[in-house]
Amino acid sequence: MNSATVRTLLVRGMLAGLGAGLLALVAAYLLGEPRVDSAIALEEGHSHAHGGGHEVEVVSRGLQSTAGLATGVLLYGVAFGGIVALAFCFALGRVGRFGPRATAALLAGAGLLAVYVVPFLKYPANPPAVGDPDTIGKRTALYGLMMLLGVLLAVAAVILGKRLAPRLGNWYASVIAAAGFILAVGLAYAFLPAVNEVPAGFPGTLLWQFRLASLAIQVVLWTAFGLLFGHLAERHLDPLSRPVRSSAGSVPVSSG
Amino acid sequence: MAQSVAPPTTGADTPAALPIRAILPWAVFFGVLMLVLLYFVGAEQGATSVFSGTDVHEWVHDGRHLLGFPCH
Repeated sequence: MNSATVRTLLVRGMLAGLGAGLLALVAAYLLGEPRVDSAIALEEGHSHAHGGGHEVEVVSRGLQSTAGLATGVLLYGVAFGGIVALAFCFALGRVGRFGPRATAALLAGAGLLAVYVVPFLKYPANPPAVGDPDTIGKRTALYGLMMLLGVLLAVAAVILGKRLAPRLGNWYASVIAAAGFILAVGLAYAFLPAVNEVPAGFPGTLLWQFRLASLAIQVVLWTAFGLLFGHLAERHLDPLSRPVRSSAGSVPVSSG
Repeated sequence: MAQSVAPPTTGADTPAALPIRAILPWAVFFGVLMLVLLYFVGAEQGATSVFSGTDVHEWVHDGRHLLGFPCH
């Protein structure tokens, strides 16, 4: 029953996304939160220097940095887990001769690249204190557009590769598709407006460390997802595949 | 003299593709649902607002920054 298979894979994708989200949450808490706290301290220091009044805290820092962080990261993991599971259903058996695990790993790698790295290189993650609230709408639209372009161009590259493979062979088709992807992304970078709203005096070291932490969180998330979902998908689609156990001892050779 | 040879491990065949018709309903419904989830994590009460106030924004504040979304 194909529909039941899709449903099962979708559920497993979301569960794998949740598991990956938990690991990413650990990375976020250990690597990311110290930088967020430092940036907020700078932001508040700047606010005090300009006689800014104390704002009433809607959510305390204690909650923001723990339960709030968990909510964001876990929901992100579940959401992308579901989306990539659906992409997996389309891709399995249609992209080369890869089995479930390899397909999941490739999709996770593609997801990390298209969903995060491509937008990140043009509009990198910013800590609190960076970014003008008046331009949030434009920046969100640009970031969303870059995400969408990353995904669409990645899909286009895969389709191009498939079209070229019968004529050029898998290797050259893949190289040309990748080159096309890079060229198209480069054009998007060139034509979309730049954004730089880092306030004067914001420490470059902190900005760099924050962005590295953000990248690390995403790498943990997508890697863990690829491995977890690959395992769960394989278990469902090919339940007979197990590590081959060799028979105990050597086979006795009968003397002639 | 009998000589036993280990049977060759067969490489896995390419898995059968799932029919597009079976995938589409799930993809449309859950795809939209997952995108709504991402919207709330990444953009609600920032660039746009479905609900008034700043509670959602403040709650996912740290996650939003660290996941790379523009936050404020």
